[in-house]
Order: sequence, then C-alpha cells, then structure tokens
Amino acid sequence: MRTQLTRFAAAGLAVAMLAACGSDDKKAASTTAAPTTAAAAPTTTAAATPTTAGGDTATTAGATEGSGGAAPAGDLKTGLTIAVIPKAINNAYFDAAFVGAQKACEELQATCEQVGPTEATGAAQTEFINTEIQKGVDAIVISAADADSVTPSLQQAKAAGIAVVTYDADVNDTSARLAMIKPTTPDLIATSQVKWISDAIGPEGGEIAILSAAATAENQNAWIDLMKKDLAANYPKLKLVDTVYGDDDAATSADKAAALLQAHPDLKGIISPTTVGVAATAKYISGSEYKGKVQVTGLGLPSEMKSYLKDGTVKTVGLWDPGMLGYLGIYAAVNAVSGNDLSAGFAADGKTYTPDADGIVIVGPPAEFTADNVDQYAF
Amino acid sequence: MRLLRHFQWDKFVPVLAAATLFIGSFQHEKFLTTGNMTFLIQSIGEILLIAFSMTFLIVAGEIDLSVSSIAALSSCALGYTWQHTGNIPVSVFVALLVGTICGAINGLLVTRLGLQSLAVTIGTLALYRGLCYVLLGDDRLKPFPTSFTSLNYKGLLGTWVPYVVVLLVVFGVAFGITLHSTRLGRWVFSIGQSKDAARFVGIPVRRVVLGLFVSNGFMAGLAGVVYTIRFASARPDGAVGMELEVIAAALFAGVSIFGGVGTLWAVTGAVFFFGAIRSLLRLNDFTANELTIVTGSMLLLSVMIPAIGGRINTYRASRAPTVAESAGVQIRPHTDPQPANP
Repeated sequence: MRTQLTRFAAAGLAVAMLAACGSDDKKAASTTAAPTTAAAAPTTTAAATPTTAGGDTATTAGATEGSGGAAPAGDLKTGLTIAVIPKAINNAYFDAAFVGAQKACEELQATCEQVGPTEATGAAQTEFINTEIQKGVDAIVISAADADSVTPSLQQAKAAGIAVVTYDADVNDTSARLAMIKPTTPDLIATSQVKWISDAIGPEGGEIAILSAAATAENQNAWIDLMKKDLAANYPKLKLVDTVYGDDDAATSADKAAALLQAHPDLKGIISPTTVGVAATAKYISGSEYKGKVQVTGLGLPSEMKSYLKDGTVKTVGLWDPGMLGYLGIYAAVNAVSGNDLSAGFAADGKTYTPDADGIVIVGPPAEFTADNVDQYAF
Repeated sequence: MRLLRHFQWDKFVPVLAAATLFIGSFQHEKFLTTGNMTFLIQSIGEILLIAFSMTFLIVAGEIDLSVSSIAALSSCALGYTWQHTGNIPVSVFVALLVGTICGAINGLLVTRLGLQSLAVTIGTLALYRGLCYVLLGDDRLKPFPTSFTSLNYKGLLGTWVPYVVVLLVVFGVAFGITLHSTRLGRWVFSIGQSKDAARFVGIPVRRVVLGLFVSNGFMAGLAGVVYTIRFASARPDGAVGMELEVIAAALFAGVSIFGGVGTLWAVTGAVFFFGAIRSLLRLNDFTANELTIVTGSMLLLSVMIPAIGGRINTYRASRAPTVAESAGVQIRPHTDPQPANP
C-alpha cells in the first residue's frame, strides 16, 4: 500500500514534467512587436493600407489629426490585453490611476486589469509580473515597488515580446522599459513641497523631517534628493533632521510619525511625499496634542486629505491627477505594441506627448489643494 | 474503505502536489508550460532550501524564526563583498560563511545557555536584520555582473530547467537520506520525542542541536545567495517572511511542532503544493487578498484533517472487535471462584 502510493506520486510527477517539456510557452505569434516602416514616416492616417501583419483589425489614432505633422500616424491595434501592476493593491492612489487606465482601454478597445501584491516589495511584484508573462498579455504598465529587483522579470517580459511601460515609479535600468510616465517634473514636485512646508511653518523656520514610502522607491528617493538641494540652497531657516520610511503602509507610517515626534521635540513640520504617508501622519497629528504645532504637507489625494485640510491640521497638499498616469501609460503601451516608435511621440486625448532622451513623458504641472478648493476634485 | 485505514497524511501530501500539477494542466493551458514551471521552481527555490534543514530543527523540537534575516544578511554580505572586492566567488563564499556563523550563534545561545529557541531566534531575527542596515544602509550597490545574474534565467545546458533544481536535488537527497536512513536522523527524532531520554541513552544532544542550527544557517545563507541572483539586488529589506512560509509548509506536511514526527518528502510536497496552488490561482486572476485567504484556510485544514482523522481512527478502534472475539472465543464475564467445599 505504501509503496503503491509512492509509485503513484512519482509517476504523477513524472507525467507532469514530461507534459511540461512537450508544450511550448512562446507568446502567440499574432501580435508582432517589430516596428513597422509606416511608423517612422509621418503620413496621414492610413486606414486603407493594412500595415500590421496578420489579420488584426486596425483602427486609426483619431487624435493625430489635431496635432499636425509631428505625430506618427501608425494604426493602433485593438483587442489587446494589458496588465496594470501598481506597487501594491488596496491603495487609493493606484486605484485612481487605474480609473484613468480603464478610460484609455475603453477608448482603445483593449482589456486591462489591475493585479498586484498586498505589500509594496519588488519580490512580491515579481510573482505577478511572471504570472502576466505566462498569461501572454500584450503589455505591462507597472509602477516599480523596487527600482532594481523587478528589472530581471521585466527583461524577461521584454524578451517575450511584451511592451513594458512604467508609470509613477521607474526602474533604474531604463532598457527594461519603453517609456516612463512621470506625473510632473521631479524638480517641481520637490520644490513645491518644500515651499508648502515653509509657508505653513512661517518665516522663523525650524526643524523638519521627511516621512517617505519604501526606501527602495525610485520616485520618492529622487524627490528627497532634490528637496535636500532646495533646502540647502534656498531655505537657511529650515533644518532637515530625519528621513524615515513608512513603506506605504498606514500603520507603519503612523508609527514612524509618532517616533519622529518623540525623537525630535522641536520638530515644526513633516513632509510626506506619498499619499499613504501624508494621510497617516495627518490623521495621527490631528488627533494628538501636536495639531497646529507641527505642520504636515506632502503629496495627498484630495479625497483622503479633505477632513485634515478643513480642520487645519494641513494647510496645503498637492498632487496631480493619477488617472492621467494610467491613461497615458495605456496609450504609450498600445502605441508600442502597434509598432509605433515612442520616441517620435504619441497622441492621446488631443495632445502629443514626446518622451525625452531617457524615455520619460511628463504629464504636466502639479496641482495644489487647500481647504478652499479641495471640494472641486473627485479623486 | 481499506484505503482509508492505511491513509497517512505525510504520504498524501506529495500526491496532492502531483495532483495539483496534473489538474492544473487541464484547468489553465498556460499552467504546465516550461515557462510557468520555471517561475514556479524559482519562486519556491529559496523556501525549499530552507525547509530542508528547518524540518530537521522542527523534528528535533526546536525552531528558527531568524532564517529570513540570515538570508537577507548573507545577501547583503554578498553585495558588500562584491562592492569592495569585485570578485563574485569570494562574495558568495563570504555570504555562505555569514549564514553559517549566524546559525552557529543561534545554536550556541540555545545549547550553551539553554535558552528557548523560539525566544532566541525572535531576537536574532531583529538583530540580523538590523545588521543588514548597518552594513549597507540605503546606498545603492554597483550592479552585479550579468554572468552572475544570468544564472537565473539561463536554464541548465540549454534546457528550460533552472539551475536551482541542481541545488534542490543535491540537498534534498542529502537531507532526506540523513533524516530517514542514518543514525543521525534517528537521533534527531529521538531528541524531538524526549530530550532527556535521548541524553540518557547517550545521544550527544547539545552537539546535534548545535549542528542542526549551523546547517540551518548555512542553508539560509544559500537561500540568500539564490535570492540575490534571482532579483539581481542585495538590499536590507529583501527576503522577508520566508520563515512563515517554511513553517507553514512544514506544518501542512504533518511535521509536529512539538517534535519527533515528520518526513522530508512530505515537506517537499507541501512546498510544491503551495507554490503550485498560488501559481494556478494567480493565472486564474485571483487577487493577492484572495490568495492569502486561500493559503490560510489550507493551513487550517491541514492541521484539522489529521486531528479529525486521528479521532475517527480512535473511535473505530474502540468499536472494532477484539482479537479473541474475532476468533470466536466466547467471553464470559468473570465470576468469583466458587469456595472450595469443606
């Protein structure tokens, strides 16, 4: 009996392995990743001549008419499947970005779904990237939780013919992705937050601290470096005493905020360049003795920060429309899969967006939210 | 029904893993492909390596919760040595050495000072992780050479089989034979059943337990090296949560947390099973939240099913006829012997 069971198990495993050797997991040949010649020349919309291989129906990119001869007019493929992978799910910022992505997918007749881990680590994200590679999606639009450790799996996605576009947070190896959708210039993000905390604290200045997301996140780290430079150059009265990491987790961020206040009794302000961090810090301070004495600012969603703006804990926060990140990410991805060369620019919503030499696309300037205007925003 | 009477959970678990692979191949056409199997093996590789030596520890009645931190510290040591020497083989050696030393520290604290392994390893979990931050801080390391990181996605000898399979087979066979067919293995079981009895019988308990912690440290260090290759990065916040996955797999496989019971093939099957289920569910678009519910429920079931099975067995045994009754011998109730006639 025992040997029978063991033999059955061994046989079952062997059959499974042999079956695996037999099947081919190469991506379906119907979508071609090679750029077509029509993409390079700025021709007018060519609905008549099919430039893509296979029997795919091609739709024209309607926005190119308005942008003159600069935008390429390659036909955009329909029916693509796109995976949107945020740093972590259960995060209102990324959900708002996904709303924009879904809008783009409706316009482009693509299917997109959001998959991601519960904790914002590179290792957890890699599992989902691998799954999407296995499912054979046409494109991946990802916000990298770790600027380095997702690169190997993104390179494998690229090798499998999947178009990779990053949004919100980039990877350090820019060859792993075709374009990066940046919300606004990092310079403006950094200097705006420093200006907001300086205005909130007042002319006498004081000690400030930064409560960031994960220590591995490329976007926050870039902003923090620029903030330090800005503080050194332009704000002699403000002194940055500490930088802590809340890992985009509400409980951890609240704990780190409490620790900051304990460790630095003269702290006058906290900058939190992440929506989870600023909401957690504002919540903690608004319920504590430090309300009004320690200023909070950072990048916050109007919906999450509304009550803290109204009760005076926070004077100003800012952000951009995360939906635009998802929206442009999808447009860039579909253009890439359709064979258009992204460096020549792509069109979306009537405007043309051209990546710079590093493949970075800037959406626009940041928006400021105060108690007066926060009600106008829906996200 | 005869099958059920001989049902043993630890034999069932590898069958369950094979069945999952089998059923999964029909359920989703992308499941049993070489690509997906590569990802599956890579994702469970580190867990399985640690599970091999952790099984020994749990069977001996000890536990080591610091394995993730040891793996992270080895990974950071690898990165640090690479940064300062530019030599990969030396860096790998240093990483394994660091892992072994961490294991030895755990072992010495448990055996020489007689401390509870649960308490000690919770402490070293924090200590080793803290040392990672001291070693590397938040600085970025210079990138690893592609010759090193390409190990991850180039298969063996041009096939799809990932290189980590070699490590798994070699160490799996070595640990498996040791646990089940050598004197050292019998010693480990005896120590788990009763430390005092083992000592009275002449087993060098302290030396064996120290050796188990050292080997666990080495395997955790090896897992750290594999992790570094897989993600091409060595960071202080890498390799988190492995200890819970390893222990969950061991418990699912029927290894008793109190010691003295367990088999290595069941643990291997359990790790494969969890990996296969997660892969299959992810391909079927289960979200990360739903996956944690599924794995948690399965762990609960794995603890409940053997307990219920044991109760059923006991009940059936109490109802079964005794040997004498089966042979047809009449059992009369005892009566007091008649007093002898005067």
